[in-house]
Amino acid sequence: MTSVLAEMSEGRDERTVGSDAAAAQTDVAATKLVGIIGAGKLGMTLARAAVAAGYEVAVASSGPAERIALSVDVLAPGAAASTVQDVADSANVIILAVPVHRFRELRRDLFDGKILVDAMNYWPDTDGEDPELTAADGGSSAVVQAHFPGARVVKSLNQLGYHELDDYTRAPDAPDRIAVAAVGDDRLAVRAVMRLIDRLGFDPVDGGPLATGKLLEPDGSPYAETLSADRLARRLSAR
Amino acid sequence: MEEREYEFGLDSFMAVTDGLDGEPIGGDQVVRDTVEEGVLAEQVGIDSFNIGEHYRDDMMDSAAPVVLAAIAAQTERIRLGTSVTVLSTQDPVRLYNNFATLDAVSGGRAQLILGRGSAVESFPLFGYDLREYEEIFEEKLELFVKLLGGGPVTWSGKYRPPLNDVVLTPPLAAGHLPTWVGSGGSPDSVIRAARYGLPLMLAVIGGRPERFRPLVDLYRRALAEYGHPTDLPVGLHTLGYVAATDEEAIETQWPYWLQTFDRASRERGWRRPTRAQFDAEAAHGAMFVGSPETVAQRIAPVMRALDVDRIDLHYALGQVPAAQRRGSIERLGREVFPRVRELLEADPGEHRVLGGPAAPGEVASPVRSTHAR
Repeated sequence: MTSVLAEMSEGRDERTVGSDAAAAQTDVAATKLVGIIGAGKLGMTLARAAVAAGYEVAVASSGPAERIALSVDVLAPGAAASTVQDVADSANVIILAVPVHRFRELRRDLFDGKILVDAMNYWPDTDGEDPELTAADGGSSAVVQAHFPGARVVKSLNQLGYHELDDYTRAPDAPDRIAVAAVGDDRLAVRAVMRLIDRLGFDPVDGGPLATGKLLEPDGSPYAETLSADRLARRLSAR
Repeated sequence: MEEREYEFGLDSFMAVTDGLDGEPIGGDQVVRDTVEEGVLAEQVGIDSFNIGEHYRDDMMDSAAPVVLAAIAAQTERIRLGTSVTVLSTQDPVRLYNNFATLDAVSGGRAQLILGRGSAVESFPLFGYDLREYEEIFEEKLELFVKLLGGGPVTWSGKYRPPLNDVVLTPPLAAGHLPTWVGSGGSPDSVIRAARYGLPLMLAVIGGRPERFRPLVDLYRRALAEYGHPTDLPVGLHTLGYVAATDEEAIETQWPYWLQTFDRASRERGWRRPTRAQFDAEAAHGAMFVGSPETVAQRIAPVMRALDVDRIDLHYALGQVPAAQRRGSIERLGREVFPRVRELLEADPGEHRVLGGPAAPGEVASPVRSTHAR
């Protein structure tokens, strides 16, 4: 597994050599490797979508790569089973899709400098009561950003169920393409995630700063709704 | 070719139903109605009757083995089980006591599905931390499988006091109790079922059931890796409601479906349910609603596509009144399930499996999957 990842990261490095360093860091469209932390329903669905979109994909969960190798092979063929450390080392864009009560088990400096897509949702009824998340006025992603101060956190891909993410991927010009919003304070990171969303098969919508992400959470207005880009943008700006 | 054995079962969460006046009836009446429904299920030829586990004011299924024992006393043949026992918040020892006793009362008809549960109200109720559910389930499943093996058990763990050479009673007359692992689609829980060599029950309550096929493949691949037979049974739990005509079934179920999912969406942050969603669920999702022929024609292709051996249908969702619930049971037993059998016999579909090491009957396991017939 490590060798697959090494190859992937080598490939990326080769391509970025000599290019503008800042652009290379943020340009997901040019990034070959997408990292996914979390090998559950959402993580596997996103891994499948990213493989279909032509990315190289590395999936990790807690524990050794072998523990999820079979699941990855069957549920997201083409993706590589990996470890959290390897994903953090080699991917520039990393999707965090673990149960929300477990993200604090990850080291605070693990994603320094990386674009970290927070796809988690906080549901007290299924995750248990979490005082810090409950109290977070700026939404759960603000707490995630505070835990990973060096990461470039973008909240996205949390807003639809994994069934919808599976069913609604469409080509760019499809009339029934639905939208996925991205919010974050690092605007270059948001732009990069929007290109990722587009390649996965959804119309990206820039939802503004990270704190807007509250609207993308359970019981927020456009949460769990399949909307066109226009309608999603209107719903977010109406607030 | 050997004929495949299917199990056609019913699931009840003992929902508080509406009475004739449109008001919810008393919870004690719901309990008695459920006993009657279990007895009726046997009379109309249903293979198993399975009860859920919840602790909330609109569902009365908080003590499944008591209700199942009452059904057992009035029946001869139907298997009696759970549609998921929330193992995480039960004591495996007490669970064994209850279901080994039910097995004795019923003459060997008890069965179980163990899960982590998607309803989580039992965690605070019994003093467990929801954030540890994974670890708790893992430990309790390991212990329960050990207990099912019979004989003196010595065990220690984190979530209950240790056992030293303990022999549990009553013994299982047949030496085993069919025990399945329930999964809502998490790859981890599928692999866990395979690791223990236990049959797998997939719970699908929304969306196209066919999408769970990769999990069935994962299960069989994992069984092979763990050295278990790869043709252990797989089951599907879905929702349904059957009436004389499609129109009657849809119009009866729709408002109760809306009420149920509206409440669930508020509690769990799901999207608010709509009529379009209900229609989509009825047309190709996890809601098998309609006339007997319509429902049979929905079930058979799904069972083929998923390559499952068992289906447990939640035979009326929400507060559907008792009379209609009974109607649904009668039609399922007398018309739908026999018709599905017929359809599957005519075209069983692509037959599974990776060429496993042995058939289930040849494996000496304390938790053999199905009842000996």
